[in-house]
Amino acid sequence: MNKADQFSMYDSAQQRSTALEEIRAIFQYRYLVVQFVRRDLLTRYKRSVLGVAWTMLNPLGTMIILTIVFSRVFGANKEGYAAYVLSGLVAWNFFAQTTNAAIVHLVWGGSLLRRIYMPRTAFAVSATGTGLVNLVLSLVPLLLVMLVTGVPIRPTVFLIPVPMLFLAMFALGLGLLISTVAIYFADIAEMYQIVLTAWMYLSPVIYSYEILPEPYRSWIMRLNPMYYLLTSFRAPVYSGQVPDWSEVLIAGGISFVTLLVGWLVFTGKADEFAYRV
Amino acid sequence: MNLHTAFSVSEEEIKDQPQQIAIRLEGVGVCYRVASERIATFKEYAIRLLQGKIMHRDFWALRSVSLTISTGEMIGIIGQNGAGKSTMLKLVARVLRPTEGRVVVRGKVAPLLEFGAGFHPDLTGRENVFLNGALLGFTREEMEEKFTRIVDFAELWDFIDVPMRNYSSGMWARLGFAVATDVEPDILLVDEVLSVGDESFQRKSFARMQEFRDRGATILFVSHSMDMIEAMCHRAAWINHGSLEAIGNADEVIQEYRRSQTS
Repeated sequence: MNKADQFSMYDSAQQRSTALEEIRAIFQYRYLVVQFVRRDLLTRYKRSVLGVAWTMLNPLGTMIILTIVFSRVFGANKEGYAAYVLSGLVAWNFFAQTTNAAIVHLVWGGSLLRRIYMPRTAFAVSATGTGLVNLVLSLVPLLLVMLVTGVPIRPTVFLIPVPMLFLAMFALGLGLLISTVAIYFADIAEMYQIVLTAWMYLSPVIYSYEILPEPYRSWIMRLNPMYYLLTSFRAPVYSGQVPDWSEVLIAGGISFVTLLVGWLVFTGKADEFAYRV
Repeated sequence: MNLHTAFSVSEEEIKDQPQQIAIRLEGVGVCYRVASERIATFKEYAIRLLQGKIMHRDFWALRSVSLTISTGEMIGIIGQNGAGKSTMLKLVARVLRPTEGRVVVRGKVAPLLEFGAGFHPDLTGRENVFLNGALLGFTREEMEEKFTRIVDFAELWDFIDVPMRNYSSGMWARLGFAVATDVEPDILLVDEVLSVGDESFQRKSFARMQEFRDRGATILFVSHSMDMIEAMCHRAAWINHGSLEAIGNADEVIQEYRRSQTS
């Protein structure tokens, strides 16, 4: 125990849990975030033979199925479709799993929230951390598939941390927003599952947005934040291009605003959580 | 008998030494908003909202509670089930923010509300010790320093690398208690938890509580066992239906409480 902690003062009249206060608290509890991530990874893989390999095998399996279905059944012979769909899936899975985990952890962590104090954002932040570890791991099969199917790997691949950061900010912001609502209503988590499925088919994950007929195409581009995030994630890896800077700006802007709004809404309501869970 | 008089005397003493106050509650109230019919889903909420049928009832778990606890004091909290005792501990532990009034707490609080709440059955004892320590706000370095002491106290070296799903409930509680009390807290909150574990472990737990008291920690002790409170506490507070019925000398408060129970 360091001295500063020992003489900590808590005054309910002065210490409002504001958005800024929460940033300080989550930094102070960063070891808790590490431990949550560790717990999630360990408990997920501990009782399976293949362990961590599942993180890589899972999108790979989906990719193989989709490639067979799309190239054989629909006859879409897009060059390098396997790598295209895998790069989309990897990014989408990160987003879907992270937002989901943020909701589930907060709702199930409720029994902890009723017992001890901790920064309430720890659940969503650690969900994002777990997601990022899995995302980095699944870059390995992605690069392997690119090698095997002859999609060139260019040096732009080293730009990937930037779109990954945007994806993480967006997922964290949205996860915070939805978990705030999910504390009050138990069925939000179920509803979100349906939304996610619809959202995936409205995003260029398994198809290229160019195949869409015109009126829908521009709507999907304009209204779907995941369009920008997926495009800027794919650009440096799959396309081997430095992403179009205007699209990067839009992706970054959307992510930042989502995180800001999510953080403000969540921390504004966080004091009520112990009353509700 | 006016127990509040006795209290105000100690209040004077405290005013002379403001640094000696560990906990102060000023007109504290905790209000739960209870929907008159439980609405748990968004679908139901939307339907009720359209029908204009959302009704809330306010339930005050605590109301107008004011008390001061000085550093190094061991105070017992008594009252019937649902009177608001645990709610009071949650206020001090920062788990609940008061709906009204003010809570001031000086020092590091160790919440002994329930042991092993954050343990995960698939993780080993070792992994859980670190996880639980992190939940209590410790860093990795601090936990590494504590680890040996914790396992020594729990006497679980033989099982420390076994997943906790294979632990008995007593072992589970022992490890939880060991982690939670290896804190050197300024304030210890004990909520009727010492009833777990076998007799020798209960003795050990009491010894540890006394150790804390001797070291000058402030202890809030919730219990239904009047004997224990009489034996260990200088003062006692009686909470009845959310308000502070009496506070003062432990023997006198307990007597008054007992009289109210029999009549």
